[in-house]
Amino acid sequence: MTRKTRRDTLTALLFISPWLVGLAAFTLYPLAASLYYSFTDFDVLSEPVWIGMGNYADMAGDAVFWKSLYNTLFYAAFAIPLGLVLSFLVAVLLNQTARGRSVFRTLFFLPSIVPLVAVAMIWMYVFNGGFGLLNHALGPVLIAVNAVLGTDLRPPNWMADPYLTKPTLILAGLWQIGGTVVIFLASLQDVPRSLYESAELDGAGPARRLWHITVPLVSPVIYFNLIIGIINALQFFVTPFILMPDGATDRSALMYTVYLYDNAFRYNQMGYASAMAWVMFLLIVVLTWLATKLSRRHIYYAGA
Amino acid sequence: MKPRPARILTYTLLLLGAGLFSLPLVWMVLTALKPADQALSNPPTWVPHRWTTTLDDETVQVGVGELPEAPTDTTPVPVQLVQQWRYPVDGDGVPARLLPSAEAGPGVPVTDEVLVQVSVRRLVNLDASTIDAMPIPERKRQLARGWLMGRDLPVRVVDDANDPPPAGQVTCAFYRTDGTYLLRLPVPEAMLQTVYNTTRDQIAASYSTTETRNAARADLLLVTLPWDEHERVPFEVTATAEVPYGSLTRSVDPRFENFGRSIDEMEMFGTYLFNTLVLCLLTVVGTVVSSALVAYGFSRIDWPGRDKLFGVVLATMMIPFPVLMVPLYALFREMGWVGTLRPLWVPFFFAGAFNVFLLRQFFMTIPRDMTEAARIDGCSELRIFLRIVVPLARPALMVVALFQFMATWNDFLGPIIYLTDQEDFTLALGLLRFQSQQGGTPWHLLMAASTIITLPVIVLFFFTQRSFIEGISMTGSKG
Repeated sequence: MTRKTRRDTLTALLFISPWLVGLAAFTLYPLAASLYYSFTDFDVLSEPVWIGMGNYADMAGDAVFWKSLYNTLFYAAFAIPLGLVLSFLVAVLLNQTARGRSVFRTLFFLPSIVPLVAVAMIWMYVFNGGFGLLNHALGPVLIAVNAVLGTDLRPPNWMADPYLTKPTLILAGLWQIGGTVVIFLASLQDVPRSLYESAELDGAGPARRLWHITVPLVSPVIYFNLIIGIINALQFFVTPFILMPDGATDRSALMYTVYLYDNAFRYNQMGYASAMAWVMFLLIVVLTWLATKLSRRHIYYAGA
Repeated sequence: MKPRPARILTYTLLLLGAGLFSLPLVWMVLTALKPADQALSNPPTWVPHRWTTTLDDETVQVGVGELPEAPTDTTPVPVQLVQQWRYPVDGDGVPARLLPSAEAGPGVPVTDEVLVQVSVRRLVNLDASTIDAMPIPERKRQLARGWLMGRDLPVRVVDDANDPPPAGQVTCAFYRTDGTYLLRLPVPEAMLQTVYNTTRDQIAASYSTTETRNAARADLLLVTLPWDEHERVPFEVTATAEVPYGSLTRSVDPRFENFGRSIDEMEMFGTYLFNTLVLCLLTVVGTVVSSALVAYGFSRIDWPGRDKLFGVVLATMMIPFPVLMVPLYALFREMGWVGTLRPLWVPFFFAGAFNVFLLRQFFMTIPRDMTEAARIDGCSELRIFLRIVVPLARPALMVVALFQFMATWNDFLGPIIYLTDQEDFTLALGLLRFQSQQGGTPWHLLMAASTIITLPVIVLFFFTQRSFIEGISMTGSKG
C-alpha cells in the first residue's frame, strides 16, 4: 500500500465512520443478539435463559403461528401479483398519454404518501358493514343481482366475516401502489421509441408490442418490484394492526408481523418473537432466492 | 399521433382509475366537513348540507330523515328539532330538565306548577387567612396553600356523620382540574357560591349535583337550538314536527368547525404536533448529514475494499426490521431511553443504507475533473465535500430530506414501540388514541383529524413533486 492509498483509506474510513458505528450498534449487534435471544426464554425484565431449540419447537406446535403464516402467505400470494399487474398497467396507460400525464400520475401516487394511521381510519370507515361507502355502492348492485338470480345476497361485513377479512386487506393494500407505478413509468420512458415503430411496421398489434417489447425491456424493474413486494408483504403491519386487532374473527386476518409484535410487546415473549423474526428472515431469503432463480432466464439486461 | 379510439380508451381508463384512487381521499375530506348524522346517513351524504325551516317566524335548523317520494310544496315532512328547557335564575335561563311528573313539550297540556331539575356546582375561593384558621393537620394546610389558594374551585359538600364540621362550617371535597378528587377541608358556609352548569361536561363532572325546584310553568322557556347541537347540549329534548315541504330549504354548509373540535377532542394535539415536528427536524438533519458524508466516502475517494464494503450497505437493506426490533428495544430499555423520543431520532445520525445508496448514485455522476482540480490545489477532502459536492448535490439531498420527513411524519411502528407517555406521542399515535377512546363513532371528527395529519404531507408533495418523483424513479432504475 502506498502512502497515498493509506491516507485515502483513512480519510474514507473517517467519512464512512457514522455508518460503521451505526452498523455495529444498530444492525450487527441486534442481528447477533436476536439470533441469541431466539434460543432463549427472554422477557426483557430478567436475563435471557438458554432453552436451545425450545422456541422453534414451540412454534411448530403453535396453531396461531401457523395461522398467521398462512394468512400472510395468502395475502402475499394475491397482493404481490395483483399489485404488480395493476401498477404495471397503470404505468403503461400513463405512458400512452400526451397530455395530463403528471396530473394523473399525481392522483395515482397521492394515496401512497398518506400516513398509514389515517389510511387505516379511512378504510375502517369505508369498509364498515353498516354505513360504509363500499356497502352503499354494493347495495343496489346486489339488489339487481338478487332480482335476476333469485339469490339473497346482502352487503357483507368486510372486517368481521372470516372469508372477507383477507380480501379486505388485499384491496386496502392495492390502494398504495403509487410508488411502484412511478418506478414502472420511469423505466417505460427509457424504452426506445424506435423499437415500437419498427415492430409496428412489421405488423405487430398493441398487445404483441406490449408483451414482446415492453415487458422484456422493463423486466429488471419488474424483478426489482417483485423483490420489494415480497419484503413488504411479509412485513405487512400497520393496516391489519389497526383495522383488525387480534386478527378479527377467528384470527382470520392475523398477520405474521402483528402476531410477532404481540408476542414481543403484549405477551413479553421476546425470545419467541425473535425466533419468529428469524423464521421470517429465512422465508424472505428463500422467496427472494426462488424469485431470482425462476426469473433469471426471463430478465433482459440491456448491457449484458 | 395515435388513432382516436385508442386515445379515448386510454383516457377513459385513466379517468376511471384516477377517480377510484382519489375517492377514499375525497370521501375523507367530505366527511370531515359533515355533521355527525350526515356521516352515518343512508343513502350516503356527499355534500355537507343543512336543512332550515321557518317555525314561529324564526329560521331554525332542523334534522330531516327520509324525504317522501315526489313531494309537492304542501306535502308534510317530519322534521326533528333540538330543544331545551331554560329555567330563569337572576334573569338568565339555565338548562333544566322537566321531571317526569311534569312531562311537557309540544302537545302536552300546560300546567301551572312543574318540577324542574337543574345542575349546580358550588365554588369556593380560599384565601390564606381562611386556610390558616382551619383546624387541620399541617400537611393538609401545606397542600391547600400550594394547590387551592386564590382561585374559584368546584367543591362538593360532604355530609359525614362520623366527622361533623365545626358550627357554621361545612366539609367540602376539592377536585383537581381534571375532575379527580384531591382532599377534604372544612370551609365557612358563607364562602360557598352557587353556580349553574350550562355544558354537558360540567354536568357530568363528579363535583356537580342536581337540585329540584318548583317552578311556575309560565317562567320556563322552551328554546329551539340548531339541529347541529344534537347530542351536544345538556338536557336536550328531541321533538318532531311536521312542516310543509315548501318551507324547507337545503343549503350547502361545510362544517369547518369540525377541525377545531377534533383538535380539542384529541386533548394534546399541540404536544403531538410539536413532538412530530421535533422528530422530523432531527431525523432529517441527521439523515442528510450522515448519509451524505458516508456516500462521499463510498463514491469520491478510491480505496481498496470500497465496493466490497458497499455491498454490505446494500445487504443490510434486506434485513427485515422485526429481526432487529427486540434487541433494539432491549438495548434502548437498558439505556433508559424507552419512553423518550431518543430511540426515534438518535439512530438516524448514523446514516441509513437506502439514503447512502441514493446519494452515492448521484455523487458518481459528478465528473471527476471537477474535484480533481481542487485536489491538486491541495484542498482537503472535507473541503471538496462541502464546497463542491454538496452544492452540486442539492437536488439529491433535497430528495433524501423529503423522504425522511415523510417517513418520520408517517411512522407508526417506531412510536408505538418506544413511546409510553401521552406527552411524548406523535400525531400518528395521537390519532389512534383518539379513535380508540371514542369507540369509533364520531366519524366526522375522526375524518377531520385524519385530514389534519394528511394535509401537510400532501401540501409538501405538491410543492416538491419533481424531486419526489425523480427520487422514486431513481430507486427503481438503478436497482
